[in-house]
Amino acid sequence: MARKISMKQAINEALDLEMKRDPTVIVMGEDIVGGAGAPGEEDAWGGVLGVTKGLHAKYPGRLLDTPLSESAYIGAAIGAATCGMRPVAELMFLDFSGVCFDQILNQAAKFKYMFGGKAKTPVVIRAMVGAGFRAAAQHSQMLTPVFTHIPGLKVVCPSNAYDAKGLLIQAIRDDDPVIFCEHKNLYGHETDVPAEAYAIPFGEASVVREGKDVTIVSYGLTVQRALEAAEKLAKDRIQAEVIDLRTLSPIDWDTVVESVESTGRLVVVDEANPRCSIATDVAARVAQEAFNALKAAPQMVTAPHAPVPFSPVLEDLYIPTADAIAKAASKIASHAIAA
Amino acid sequence: MADESVKPIVMPKWGLSMSEGKLTGWLKTAGDKIAVGEQIVEVETDKIAGVVEASDAGVLRRTIGEVDAVYPVKALIGVIADASVPDSEIDAYVASYVTPAADEEEEEEKSAYAFVDTPVGSIRYAKRGERGDAVVLVHGFGGDLDNWLFNIDALAAKTTVYALDLPGHGQSTKAIPENGLLGLAKGLLGFMDALDVERAHLVGHSMGGAVSMLAALEAPQRVQSLTLIDSAGLGSEINADYLAGFVSASSRRELKPVVEQLFADPKLVSRQLLEDLLRYKRLDGVEAALSTISSQFQADGKQRTVLGPELKGFDGPILVIWGEDDRVIPAAHANALAGAKTEIISGVGHMAQMEKASRVNELVLAHLGV
Repeated sequence: MARKISMKQAINEALDLEMKRDPTVIVMGEDIVGGAGAPGEEDAWGGVLGVTKGLHAKYPGRLLDTPLSESAYIGAAIGAATCGMRPVAELMFLDFSGVCFDQILNQAAKFKYMFGGKAKTPVVIRAMVGAGFRAAAQHSQMLTPVFTHIPGLKVVCPSNAYDAKGLLIQAIRDDDPVIFCEHKNLYGHETDVPAEAYAIPFGEASVVREGKDVTIVSYGLTVQRALEAAEKLAKDRIQAEVIDLRTLSPIDWDTVVESVESTGRLVVVDEANPRCSIATDVAARVAQEAFNALKAAPQMVTAPHAPVPFSPVLEDLYIPTADAIAKAASKIASHAIAA
Repeated sequence: MADESVKPIVMPKWGLSMSEGKLTGWLKTAGDKIAVGEQIVEVETDKIAGVVEASDAGVLRRTIGEVDAVYPVKALIGVIADASVPDSEIDAYVASYVTPAADEEEEEEKSAYAFVDTPVGSIRYAKRGERGDAVVLVHGFGGDLDNWLFNIDALAAKTTVYALDLPGHGQSTKAIPENGLLGLAKGLLGFMDALDVERAHLVGHSMGGAVSMLAALEAPQRVQSLTLIDSAGLGSEINADYLAGFVSASSRRELKPVVEQLFADPKLVSRQLLEDLLRYKRLDGVEAALSTISSQFQADGKQRTVLGPELKGFDGPILVIWGEDDRVIPAAHANALAGAKTEIISGVGHMAQMEKASRVNELVLAHLGV
């Protein structure tokens, strides 16, 4: 039965349902119960923003508070995964992946390939991504392109509560390592979510709005901004189609290319920095696959090539805004309306 | 004598959850003469695209709703009146029209979705209307109670309507009872027991038609009449590719061409209709439930349950309605039951009750004699 819940609750529910269904699912991370070495309290805080709250009491012994050593516990989670568990490791901020990158890049991503397909590594690394939280340059990056670049990893970044629950359940059931990116400014965002368990397959983009004039492709928080932009554009009689990629690896090229083949125009919105990003990836692929359908140059709306600023005024300017998205779309679509 | 009254065309309310709709195109222009039942304006809801038909005759005097604009339910989108009504009167009518607030009604309708425990598990249903005979609407394979969104209110004006999600469907239990369609028929009777519905008219669509017939044979005294719409159980042919495609499709791109086979006009398949189906299909247990029902329902491309030419043991009235362009179960099956009234509707596919709702509602109400 569907009811409105926040993305934070949806993630908690996904963990709860999978822990109930499968005893090999365990959760590891810093402060997810009550701090390393603490026995754990029934009403423990449940992680830095409370996403895992309540699970310790329900599944005693299956949520492990770890020391402040990402390379140790991410490595432990990956090792446990190769030995038959399905660990969900909470990395807190994806920015912290720097200290445990070898475990992810050279170990988890490689096992299946280097052991001739005989090893599987069903680990999920959950982490917060994105700016707008006034948390400065080391806690605000959108590092999705870095992980998308690495074969052997699956990369997920939901834009709403319904998708977050179904994608996290799929991530836990998946036999490959999954980097599950949660935009911290979407934790409070509410949508209709069924109470039952459901899995959304990877590599299937969602067409969240249909339109015939321009295709706007995005993922994560900026999907919501793209929808706002589409509302603005509709007032100027520009009908934008909005595609939420949902998973960046694998990625659903077919839905993107088909849409651009019908609209002839592409705007890619990416909160990551502009070089070697999801934006450049999508723009390049569309240019190659749908060149003859394009009526205008693909547009990229991204963060600037700069660290996330600490000044709130600058930080707000840093993330692609609905206005910036609408402006990029009008630039290539407005003459279509005049014609 | 000319009718002097001004008749509004308003944004319709199709189904329990509709609060607004988008006007997608006028099929008539101001000044056109309109007959009752003529298609006037196209509307798209978050569930499906549809056409508003005239409930009054006259001249289309004003087209107020703009194309691509979204209007709340009951908002004034056009005006019909006799040619003799002066423009000033029409303008005054438009100026003074107030869209009725939806709040109170919405509260009432939210509670219209309910769950009841039955011997086959938890069943979701909607109940509308409080008068007259009980009518139970039984959807088909892969459907749910929202398949009746264009019918439930029209029928509830004169009857007490129940629409349920069969086991394995919608938000009901995903556990499938034993014994195939007969198990579903017993589940349907159990649902009626749970709601103290002693006797009802059964209206079944597709597989729901076969389930309704089996319920009528199982407990003839409890079934007042049968209405079978594009029904299963009346012949062996069935589009097995449709069933297999529906069970296996896991993405929008796979599902769209499958679902389009349900309608004569594939444009009726909206983005949201597909999204709602995918959300249902992704739930744990649904794929297994659909595979189980599908294999009980048909084998080697043939329906396993063929009833008739006589429903021996049931002598209540039977109405058979079919869409002429049905691509799932052929319309030729409409004549399979001896003694049934038969109505074939042209320009309509398998989802007759959605594609030509007003005609189906009219036929059902006449059949029920209410």
